[in-house]
Formats: sequence, C-alpha cells, structure tokens
Amino acid sequence: MNSGRIFGMALLGAVLVTATIGAARAADPPLKVGLLEDVSGDLAFMGMPKLHGSQLAVEEINKSGGILGRQIELIHLDPQGDNARYQEFGRRLLNRDKVDVLIGGITSASREALRPIVDRTSTPYFYTNQYEGGVCDASMVSMGAVPEQQFSTLIPWMVQKFGKKVYVIAADYNFGQISAEWNRKIMKDLGGEVVGEEFIPLGVSQFAQTIQNIQKAKPDWLLTINVGAAQDSFFEQAAAANLNLPMGSSIKVMLGFEHKRFKPPALNNMHATANWFEEIDTPEANDFKKRWHAKFPDELYINDMGYNAYNALYMYKALVEKAKSTKLEDMRKVIATGDACIDAPEGKVCIDPKSQHTSHRMRLISVGPKHEVTVEKDYGTIQPYWLGEIGCDLTKKNDKDQYTPSHLPSKS
Amino acid sequence: MSAELFSVFYQFADVFAFLILSAAGLAIVFGMMGVINMAHGEFIMCGAYVTVGLVNLGVPLPIAQILAALTAGIIGMVVELLIVRRFYKRPLDSLLATWGLSLIVTQSMLLIVGSAVRGIGTPEGSFAIGGYTFSTYRLVLFGCAVAVLAGLYVIFMKMRFGVIARATMQNAAMAKALGARTGRIYSISFGIGTALAGLCGALYAPTMTLIPTMGATFVVESFVTVVIGGANVLLGTAPAAVFLAMIRMALNASYGQIIGQIGMLFAVILIIRVLPEGLSSVLVRRGR
Repeated sequence: MNSGRIFGMALLGAVLVTATIGAARAADPPLKVGLLEDVSGDLAFMGMPKLHGSQLAVEEINKSGGILGRQIELIHLDPQGDNARYQEFGRRLLNRDKVDVLIGGITSASREALRPIVDRTSTPYFYTNQYEGGVCDASMVSMGAVPEQQFSTLIPWMVQKFGKKVYVIAADYNFGQISAEWNRKIMKDLGGEVVGEEFIPLGVSQFAQTIQNIQKAKPDWLLTINVGAAQDSFFEQAAAANLNLPMGSSIKVMLGFEHKRFKPPALNNMHATANWFEEIDTPEANDFKKRWHAKFPDELYINDMGYNAYNALYMYKALVEKAKSTKLEDMRKVIATGDACIDAPEGKVCIDPKSQHTSHRMRLISVGPKHEVTVEKDYGTIQPYWLGEIGCDLTKKNDKDQYTPSHLPSKS
Repeated sequence: MSAELFSVFYQFADVFAFLILSAAGLAIVFGMMGVINMAHGEFIMCGAYVTVGLVNLGVPLPIAQILAALTAGIIGMVVELLIVRRFYKRPLDSLLATWGLSLIVTQSMLLIVGSAVRGIGTPEGSFAIGGYTFSTYRLVLFGCAVAVLAGLYVIFMKMRFGVIARATMQNAAMAKALGARTGRIYSISFGIGTALAGLCGALYAPTMTLIPTMGATFVVESFVTVVIGGANVLLGTAPAAVFLAMIRMALNASYGQIIGQIGMLFAVILIIRVLPEGLSSVLVRRGR
C-alpha cells in the first residue's frame, strides 16, 4: 500500500519534471516558415521539388540546432496553381498563422498576386524562382536568376553560334510577355532580327499551326519560353514534324527537366543558361544531390527552383543570425552591408543590396541528341546588376514596383 | 502553291481530328444520354496513361492504344453501374458526382503515379512539301477521327443495338415495355462513350506531356463541340467540328493561337444564342 503510494508520487514527479523541461523548450517557440508551393494542379511536377528542397533544408537546419537556437516549423499550403488561392493562403499565413517569413510562388502571376499582400505586412518574402526580373520591392528577396544573368548571356551566344534571326514562342502572361520584351531589347542591341513572336494561352497543347508559322518565317533559332505541361507538348510535336531548329530558353532543362520527361531526341539542340542543373559535377553539388536523393529517392530531377528553395532557407538563416533578429528591417540592414552571403552548392552567392536579388554562378548548357547535358561555357559569378543601373536602390527608397525595359523608374 | 494548299488542309485536319476525337465520347455520354460527365477528361487521361504504361512494358503502340481504349470502356461501365446509374433523372446531380469523381481521380493519380511521367515519343515519320515538313502521325490522327465517325454511324444507325439504344434514350419506359433491356443499353452506351474518350487519350499520348490533369486540355473543346452540335450525335458533332475547325484554323494561321481560341469560343456563343438546340436541330429539320 505504502510503497505503491511512493511509487505513484515518484511517477508524478517524473511527469512533472518532464513537463517542466518541455515548458523550458516551449519558451523558445519555433520559427514559423510559411511556404506556398503547388504540389497539385498543372505545375505540380515543378512545385514538388520546391517543397522537397524546403523540407530538406528545414530538416538539416533543425538537426544542426535551428536558427538562433530556435527550431523551424514549416507550414506548407498547396495553392494548386490558382492565383486567388495564393492570395487567400498568403493572407492566412501572414495574418492568422503570423509566420516569420513567407517563401514560395511558382509563376510570376502568382508572385505578383502575392506581393501587394506581403507589402501590407512587415514580413519578409522570398521568391525562389528564376524570373523575368525587375521587381524592386523591399519586402522581397529574389533567390533565382534574372534576365541579365540568363538572357544577356544566352542570346548573344545563340546569335553568334546560330544566326541573327529568332522566332519566339512564349506563354501569354507576364513572364512570357516581359521575357519576350527582354529578347527584343537584346536582339536590337546585337543587330539581330525577331522574325516572329507567338504568345500562347496557358493550357494550349496543339502546335501544328505554330510549327508551320515557324517554318514560314525561317528563323535561325527559336526562343522557347512556353510554360506548363500542356505547352511543353510543343517539343514532341516539333520533333515529330522534323522542325530541327536550335532552341534557347531561360526555363527549359534545368527548370522543367523536359529532357527527362520527353523521349530523346525531342529536346536535342536546346540551350539554356542556369545557376543550377542536376548535371553540375562539382564536389559540393554532388554532396547536395546525394543528400537530396537519400531523402527523396523517387525524385525525377532536382530542378533549379527546388535548389533555390533549398538555398532560400539557408539564406534566411544567415540573415537572421547576422541580424540577431527576425525583423525585416534588421535583416535588411544586413543586406545593405553587402555581406549577405551563403556557400551554396553552386558556390558563394550574395544578395545585392540595391535590388535584393542574388548573384549567381552561371553556366551555359546544351542538350544533345541522347538528351545528355554538356556545359558549353562557364560565365563565373554574375551580379544582378540591371535594377541597380536603372535606379532602383532599396537601401534608399522602396519602389514596390516591377520594372521592364519599357517601364523604367521615373527620373526624380 | 500546292504546298500552301496542302498546309491549309493539314492544319484543318489537325484541328478537326482534335475536336472529333476529344468530343466523340462525350457526344454519346452527354449528347445522347444527357449525363454531364465532368470526368470526361479523366477517361482521356486514363487512356493516355494506360497506353504509356503498356508501351513501357514492351507492348507495340497500336495494340497498347486499343487496350487502353478498352480499359477506359470497362472502367466507364463500372462507373456507370456504381455512380452514374443513380443520376439519370437528376442531370445536375450527375454533374456534381462526376466532378467529384474527376477530382478524386486526378489527385489519386498524382499521389500514386507522381506528378509527371516520361513520354514515349511520337512514332517516327515526317514528310516535306515545299518548304514545310509535316508529321505523318498527325495524319494518322485525322484518319482515326474519320474512322471514329464512320464507326459511330454504323453502330447507331445501322446496327440493331444502335436503334434500340436511340429508342432507349428517347423514351426509356416505352423501350422497356417493348422488351429492351434498358439497364444494359445504358451501361454499354456509357462504356462506348468512355472507351472513345480513352481512345482519344491513347492517340494523343505520344504527342503530349503526361500529367494527371492533362484531361483538362481536352475538356473545353469537347464540351463546346458537343453543345453546338446538339442532340444528334452524328448530324451534330461532325458538322460542329468542321465548323469550329475552320474558324480556329483560319484565325490561328492569321492571328495566332490567342485570337484562334477567343474566336472559336466567340463563335460558340453566337451559335448557342442563335441556335439553342445546336447545329443538328437545323440539319435534322432540313433532312425531314
């Protein structure tokens, strides 16, 4: 009887002690990371690696002690490729869950849907895709490559190698339209000619007419900035019709891994400039790929979005630890020093203080007839210089605008 | 000049084949039976995935395509038995039920098969006329579309089954009183409809990217074709496809894909406004 009571007391004590330890830990609440990535819907095949990259980074960071000693809690919602849902879920994460940082968005349309909502808060937002560039917004840090890193390298190379006439196939929304504008500007500077431009509604999957329009215009090469699984059918149909033209792109291969999804030789003679592609063969990259595939053995391809999403969390960690704060203004003070850098699998990348975009080591890659990827040229590290040159300086003024070659900041 | 002429025919044939193949199954299920099948695209997706799966197992492409169509047909009959049968008198509820089915199927495919499957490549073969090169397989698709129309004509106009089926759709109680096994007729008709959807997916599988939501690419065109075609499968769907294909081809060629799509949908609105019963109402009246 008595001994039983003692045992009971001991048990109660043990429970209390454990509870106290638990409470001590709870005093350091986890950092909430809100993640919006499509893992269903038309872009799921691109969004899945983004979710995986974020999960891998969170797991690694948590294992090694978290950020400033705090664990990361990843709250992922799936907007299913619907811009209205991006806004709804964005509000939910920012206002209800009160996340410390928001990450994500696939299309430029979803980013632009999200940005005004983020701007009304003081939460930092990381966009992790390569894109058409030009966003000058203090709330946003861009982790992907931009036109001065992708088009200013690729287009001159294509012109020199294949000729001055280009035909453009672009998805009909802000990404495709603004990318095409970049192409027009760079081609004009090079003395080249855009012999045709076709904007294609998302979801269109039949390209017989487009293929014929291309043959009629007789270009030297194609710029393919078509987006999504339906529009990707272009490659298969062009190969079947024996179109046989060199192609260049800022999103093919490293982002959409079309060379893994289509049967060779549909992607033969495709060229792209990328800061990441799975075929990168350096010790750091190989180590990263090994960790990724150990956690996600079924991954078809580690695309650049997924890779950038992984880096975004490490960049966030670096900023918070240098600022010793999770507040956007403190983090931006670190960015303003120009010393916001991490050692990424591609090499050292840093955030540019003026535009809050990321420097990248860019390589030009080519796809061969068996869909083998070879590196044609290594450009070294390229800064995201364009926004700074045209007058965006976030250390002085928050424009909250997106600039393009035809929409430049007004001189004041 | 002959190259230009052929290219116009080729473009027309290409759009026509796409409209007919994506709409043929729906013409039976929706046009004849009155079931608003929101899972039509998922039967197309089923045909595509089965084809690719079988080809990867080493089955020759044409056989894989036939087996895929049969699979979609059998699954369709099961779906009819378990779900659709309960909604013949409640068309709006059938819309909701099949839409739910479509969501469940796409999401399950995403979870089971993954977000993308490697394609199998279009069968080799292209030919050149003038400065243009064309894919032979696109002409095969056109041939298949014509064959599907001919097959439907034979089944529903010449065969005993077709006559009974049409009678059942018009007046099930009377047909039953005359000894038709209407339950079986419904089941087989639905099966033919979904088999044709599966065939569409099977035929387009080599030319497209396979993702679980791929059916959506076909759904707008198929509904539009059936709706402006009207109730009569043969007298409606074929002329509707010819009409829409001409508009779309002409606009695509001169103004690009955006205007092509807008123009086609605009024509659809006009036709529904002027001929609410669809093209077949005019053609049938003339025929009498």
